[in-house]
Amino acid sequence: MKLLLALLVGGLFAAGMYLIVRRSIVKLIMGLILLSHGANLLIFASGGLVRAQAPLVEAGALAPEQPHADPVPQALILTAIVIGFGVMAFMMVLVSRAYRAVGTDDTEEFTGTDH
Amino acid sequence: MSALPILPVLIPLGTACLGMLGHRSLRAQQTVSVAGAVALVVVAVALLARTATGEILTLDAGGWSAPFGITFVADAFGAIMVLLAAVTGLAVVVYSVASVDLPRKRFLYYPLTHVLLAGVCGAFLTGDIFNLYVCFEILLLSSFVLLSLGSERGQLEGAIKYVTLNLISSAIFLSASGLLYGTLGTLNMAHLSVRAAEAVAEGRGHVVTIVAMLFMVSFGIKAAVFPLFFWLPASYHTPPFAVSALFAGLLTKVGVYAIVRVFTLIFVHDTGYTHTILLWVAALTMVSGVLGAAAQTEFRRVLSFHIISQIGYMILGVALLTPLAVAGTVFYIVHHIVVKANLFLVAGVAHRIRGTSDLSRPGRVGVYASAPMVALLFMVPAMSLAGVPPLSGFWAKLILIRAALDERAFVYVAVALLVGMMTLFSMTKIWAEAFWKSPGAGEGGAPGETAPRTPAGMLAPIAVLAAITAGIGLGARPVFEFSVLAAGQLLDPEVYVVAVLGEAFATPVEGVEP
Repeated sequence: MKLLLALLVGGLFAAGMYLIVRRSIVKLIMGLILLSHGANLLIFASGGLVRAQAPLVEAGALAPEQPHADPVPQALILTAIVIGFGVMAFMMVLVSRAYRAVGTDDTEEFTGTDH
Repeated sequence: MSALPILPVLIPLGTACLGMLGHRSLRAQQTVSVAGAVALVVVAVALLARTATGEILTLDAGGWSAPFGITFVADAFGAIMVLLAAVTGLAVVVYSVASVDLPRKRFLYYPLTHVLLAGVCGAFLTGDIFNLYVCFEILLLSSFVLLSLGSERGQLEGAIKYVTLNLISSAIFLSASGLLYGTLGTLNMAHLSVRAAEAVAEGRGHVVTIVAMLFMVSFGIKAAVFPLFFWLPASYHTPPFAVSALFAGLLTKVGVYAIVRVFTLIFVHDTGYTHTILLWVAALTMVSGVLGAAAQTEFRRVLSFHIISQIGYMILGVALLTPLAVAGTVFYIVHHIVVKANLFLVAGVAHRIRGTSDLSRPGRVGVYASAPMVALLFMVPAMSLAGVPPLSGFWAKLILIRAALDERAFVYVAVALLVGMMTLFSMTKIWAEAFWKSPGAGEGGAPGETAPRTPAGMLAPIAVLAAITAGIGLGARPVFEFSVLAAGQLLDPEVYVVAVLGEAFATPVEGVEP
């Protein structure tokens, strides 16, 4: 399972970077989405994969029963997903506005600010 | 424990909310905005006064004790950064009242500015690496909107580059935070410092170093160091001048702050590797920035490349990692934020007077001929940037060069001096083309055309910032002493650890968590 997740994360990062360096701004968005998914899965995997129960503390106990899943990576991913959602929504609007202003989705034409 | 360390985050956020509630009335927005910015400066001064004694203030949010809850920490370095952010914020808000156009203001320009300030102050005060990520995202999102607000073609093109590079940086940051948690089992920065030392003692130092390099790349993109700076000169000259000034003063410095923080607190075990890379990065950043500037003919693009070369000086101090060098970095950041924001504000006034920001074309009138006061106000930050005594930039460079000499890093001394000289060249180029030259016969605008009068609301922030620059230059001693205090705290992670986690962590012991 660990290996599978590692390969998946690597694949997502590679595909994301590949799409980002393509010339189309639509593929750029796809690439960024894959990249953020890759990062989220990486957090999930690096938190440790255990077949265990929820980290709930029984009444009267001081610590959850072992083995339990680590809740912190999941909280991190949840936060990152929400932030990523907002950023991606903005990015899509930005790209559509840029497409209308420049008239093409080819990043080679986005040279107005380079000189 | 006091609420002081979180107030610099809450005040701009509250101001932004009030501004949004009153979005129908521009006057109300402006009043709230200026009042909020003043309040932020007052709180920042109070925070600085508390930390100037060497005290480190901490606040555990929600009463969850560190390292389990989210901690806010204000040490000397964090406090001075907050004050600089507050002063820049106030200057930019006042400048915006007279300079930013009405459609932008109606589209929540002021609330966005304050959200940006909240993110910046949060990044300076948080004691939690994941919270740092969240603060980065807050300031990035509002900077995205501020950058593209107005939807001019140049803005949109610049914004796409800026947003893409920053999102890649964020993805790397997020991955690095995840790996760090997987390796060390905590996210609290003080706790990370302790755990990293333990991990190195257990022979897992190489994993920590790998994660450190991920952080270096991520923060390097945000700080615009060589070779990761290309988004900066592609975007900083496109938005309104007030927005450029805010970005130029604060955003890259948040990246520098993050580098200084993690490479003095957490990743200090393999300095022969990490800090040598930083040293190279510093030199190459200085050189590539200043050479890039020499090739530019647009006012703000010249200044943008100079941001990059100046970042190199700041990184140089961290890379050397001696008390004097780190004090030099702190001093340099103090000097640089004020000067750089001011130069962009002056660029706005010059643009208004000349009718163009292109240095290769004659403007409608010479700035010196029509507004000698403005030209003089440009000279103060420009000469300070180049390091002419007795202005602030001279002392900043002097401390760093002295620190490099002590370490016998002569190559870096030579680079720093050379880059300073070439900065002077760039500044004189701007002076000659934009300020000194008057359009000759048959050039420029229609005959008899006069420059618009510059509103006092634009001149006042410039004058105040120039006075601060001159003040730091003439009264460098207190600032230097404060920088030494901040550097002392930065170089002794134990002070920070004890302030956050308590005496139990004074010497590395087994952590509380399983």
